[in-house]
Amino acid sequence: MQELNGLSAKLDAIKQEILVGMESLDSSKAVYEFKKSFLDSKTGKIGQLMKGMKDIPPQERANYGKSVNALKEWALAQFEELDVKMKEKELLARYESEKVDITMPAEKVESGKLHPLTLIRNQLIDIFGSMGFEVYEGAEIETDYYNFTALNTPQDHPARDMQDTFYLSPEFLLRTQTSAGQIHVMENSKPPIKILSPGRVFRSDDDATHSPMFSQMEGLVVDEGITLCDLKGMLDVLVQKIFGEGTTTRLRPSYFPFTEPSVEVDVSCFECGGKGCKLCKGTGWIEVLGAGIVNKKVLEVCGIDSEKYSGLAFGIGMERLAMLKYGINNIKLLFESDVRVLKQLND
Amino acid sequence: MLVPLSWLKDYVDIDVQPKELEEKLFSCGFEVEELYEVGKDISGVVVGLVEECEPIPDTHLHVCKVNVGQGENLQICCGADNVHAGGKFPVALVGASVYMTAKDHKTVEGVMKIKKGKLRGYESHGMLCSGVELGVSENMYPGAGYNGLLVLPEDAEIGADVKPILGLDDWMFDISITANRADCQSIFGIAREVAAVLGKELKEPAIDYTETEVEKEGFAVTVDAPDLCPRYSAHYVYDVKIGESPAWMKRRLALVGCEAISNVVDITNYILKELGQPMHAFDCSYLEGNAINVRRAAEGEKVVTLNEKEYTLDTSNLVICDGVKPVALAGVMGGLNSEIRDATTEVMFECAKFARDNVRKTSRALGLISDSSSRYAKGVDEYSTVMALKRALHLIEELGCGKVAKTHCDVNTGNSVEPREMKVSIAKVNGVLGIEVPTEEIVRILTNLNFAPVVDGDELTLQIPAYREDMESYPDVAEEVIRMYGYDHVTPTFMPTAKVTTGGNNTKQKTDLKLKRALCATGAHECVHYSFFSPADLDLLGYAEDAPERQAIPLINPINEGLSIMRTTLAASMIHAISRNQKRGNMEGRLYEMAKIFVPKALPLAEYPDEQDVLCVGLWGEKESFFTLKGMAETVADTLCVKFSYERGQRTFLHPYQTAVILCDGEEIGYLGKVNYEIQDKEDMRTAGYVMEINLQKLAKYFGNVPKFNPLPKFDEEKRDLALVMSKEITCGEVEKCIKESCAYVTDVKLFDVYEGKPIPEDKKSMAYTVVFTPKDEAFGADTVDKFVESILKKLGKKLAIELRA
Repeated sequence: MQELNGLSAKLDAIKQEILVGMESLDSSKAVYEFKKSFLDSKTGKIGQLMKGMKDIPPQERANYGKSVNALKEWALAQFEELDVKMKEKELLARYESEKVDITMPAEKVESGKLHPLTLIRNQLIDIFGSMGFEVYEGAEIETDYYNFTALNTPQDHPARDMQDTFYLSPEFLLRTQTSAGQIHVMENSKPPIKILSPGRVFRSDDDATHSPMFSQMEGLVVDEGITLCDLKGMLDVLVQKIFGEGTTTRLRPSYFPFTEPSVEVDVSCFECGGKGCKLCKGTGWIEVLGAGIVNKKVLEVCGIDSEKYSGLAFGIGMERLAMLKYGINNIKLLFESDVRVLKQLND
Repeated sequence: MLVPLSWLKDYVDIDVQPKELEEKLFSCGFEVEELYEVGKDISGVVVGLVEECEPIPDTHLHVCKVNVGQGENLQICCGADNVHAGGKFPVALVGASVYMTAKDHKTVEGVMKIKKGKLRGYESHGMLCSGVELGVSENMYPGAGYNGLLVLPEDAEIGADVKPILGLDDWMFDISITANRADCQSIFGIAREVAAVLGKELKEPAIDYTETEVEKEGFAVTVDAPDLCPRYSAHYVYDVKIGESPAWMKRRLALVGCEAISNVVDITNYILKELGQPMHAFDCSYLEGNAINVRRAAEGEKVVTLNEKEYTLDTSNLVICDGVKPVALAGVMGGLNSEIRDATTEVMFECAKFARDNVRKTSRALGLISDSSSRYAKGVDEYSTVMALKRALHLIEELGCGKVAKTHCDVNTGNSVEPREMKVSIAKVNGVLGIEVPTEEIVRILTNLNFAPVVDGDELTLQIPAYREDMESYPDVAEEVIRMYGYDHVTPTFMPTAKVTTGGNNTKQKTDLKLKRALCATGAHECVHYSFFSPADLDLLGYAEDAPERQAIPLINPINEGLSIMRTTLAASMIHAISRNQKRGNMEGRLYEMAKIFVPKALPLAEYPDEQDVLCVGLWGEKESFFTLKGMAETVADTLCVKFSYERGQRTFLHPYQTAVILCDGEEIGYLGKVNYEIQDKEDMRTAGYVMEINLQKLAKYFGNVPKFNPLPKFDEEKRDLALVMSKEITCGEVEKCIKESCAYVTDVKLFDVYEGKPIPEDKKSMAYTVVFTPKDEAFGADTVDKFVESILKKLGKKLAIELRA
């Protein structure tokens, strides 16, 4: 019994030691170390008591074991509780220590940007591609025949004055319009034809609003029963997709040798909604493209039966569209490759 | 084209406001570029009667009491020498707006607002005005040219606005005319459209005159070049009295920007504006041989025109000759030798149609542009030619400046000036439009256009006036109908009759876009440069005289030398872009362009040249190097699912030791390298630039390549790092190649370190590689890879004298 009494005092002392010792622990690591100093099966104080079991007389062993075990259970619970608390505290501290100034600059991989003209081109191809238009890229160097004559603009035609042409030889020139490609397509395929022809075109013009090189996107449909109403319907879809729902078109008479009737197409000003502003010069309308019903003569030149088939065509100035859409104020900016300009625009 | 509203009103009763007329014209195809009141800057100027006028001592000024019909008379100081009591003058009231003039009282320097002022101690409540201050010239109002006050008529109502009196309330329409409507290049032509769009009657200008019995005996006109002159009419006028034109004619000419010269010359100019027909008046006394002959000029023939310049002609130019010599350059300008002078007493009027293309070419070739040549270049119709001569003779009589003789010559090629019949199907007209325009509307519109339509079932018979040369078939009729009916009637449809087709980009176009996106992902911006460049660019790049790049197609009429040949390389534009960016302070960047180079089969061009798609990449900045550029080449290869190899190369504009040619399947497809220091200096580049060009045409056969999936290895790969010591001359590529060739299980060799210096011998370097071995059919044994390494080292030693670093 003496042994047991002595044990009881010993256990109390350990208990006390644990309770006191725990007070001063300040980290989960210290908790671990402290725990180990009691519970390590070899070196721990409780562990040693467990080890000392073999020296206890057999009849007392059960009680001894029970008491030490109770202490061990108690100690484990104490340490567990403290460990949870400590870890919680430490986690909070860790988070706090990792506080960042979220207003500091981002680190990112700057990706390059597609040219505004490519962006517009892609948008147009998306729209018309889904309507069944194939993309045809013609040559930049064309013959007088394909650029003018076949497009109902013979030598003495005053419309030749509308476009100052760069000549490379009496026969070859830099195409002044992507319409030149129309003829190649119509010569080589039978209706139904639906093509889009994007590309660079050239006119001898160089001032604040003109560049000697610019880009057009020509659209052509040749099929049975194509009318001016179809042209209007298609252009309505186009401007709504480019400039937003609610944009409308207005057709007004114009003249191109290769279409008859020919129209100039205005869109309702997407800036002011048609009330009149600086962009639309107070008119509520912005001129964006030329279009028309393909001239019978052009179809006939290409060997297409103009009694059976009719067509519509439109030509869009892509720089103009890009400038309108992105608010670019000078056409020259598109060709100067200033990275400060190029990096601003994206889909 | 300038059209005064007052002039238009001669032919049409216009009962709508100018703004409304502008809208009507716009809707039917005539864009009014500018619409303004003649006196747009003038306001608050009224008729004033000077009741008292006292000189201010020791000055040229007078102090006046002016009655402007508003109770008390105004005290106004005036410096003009013609101010006097009892005179009626324009008075700019306080708050009025008039033109400000320079010290010479003639030059307009802007618009000013009249304020209460004080001159020499005298208060002045307004200003008495001169013609210049009101923007009125002598031709616009007789007396307005006097350098002093503009004198108003005695019956002018005191206090009334002066603008109607001086014609300042008139409106000007500056109308743009499309190339197909040459018949509208005149005020009467526009009047025809105005009448049609307003549904009003058109009043024709008077063309009646009385011929006397007098004849110019034996006078004859011959035309040797009917292809260039389908109609030539002449009429003889005698007893001519050269003098000033009446005020109304001078005013109209002034409004449309034409100087008044003398009655006969003014008549020709008036007709040009009114009917769009250029005319010429010869002083008949200077015409030798009693004849007019229209012929091609002889090679080297000379003519002195009214501008007193001599031109040397060739057979492409058309001249009007008398019986002996050229007296005019047809359609362009009259000759000095037969000019109308004050003493002229007999005149031969010319009214002709010349081929538009020929006039344009002559005018351009000689650099001589006149109102007449500009008009002829747009195309003149014979209907107007015939009408114009009659109108001129009428005006001769109306102005009383001559007598119309009997002598009239008309040489023509038989073109009718009568309406021609055209039959069209109403269904086809509607078929073009896609809507059903009510037949009565069609009839109304075509009647207004003077086409005299007759309907018989679906058939529409029209009488097309001869001046409407643009009317050819039913689509033209459809356009006439819809522009008058209104485009707002066109309702959107979505090709209900069209067949379904497939669309979108083809493989090549998709590949282009894929490449662009891949290059953007490396941080490069796409750019676009002109397709033409400068011969100086070829010099800059240092191309040899016989280099293929020198075979650039020249433009015959370039804007300037800098844009005078088609590109044979994209590198020059890219180097300029790099340099331009640096000058603007953009000290680093990545750019690429995908565009065409133009490779002629022969020069001068006789067949289509080869247009080849080329990719050009340009990099600059501290972070860039040969290897960052090479990385972009690899991006291209990866995107196209091909492998590139590189060999040391040379380009005249690149660093001699940092240049490589790029090969794909053994074919050279491009190059890359660092821009050499000579160019860096010349182009003022502060940081190094790198340029790569890849000919995409040569890679086209790989477009659409799909990457092939390699199954993951069944057994674990093993890696070994090998640090190798070798001669400095040996290249990384050689080592890689040797390693790969030494062992079939090597699937990757990657350099990760290069080192020179102690303890490596001075003439050697150390290169460290990670070599990956991939097992095939079974797992590697314990020492398999060691054995591979051993054999690799042996081979390296034998072939390249490379040793493992100790």
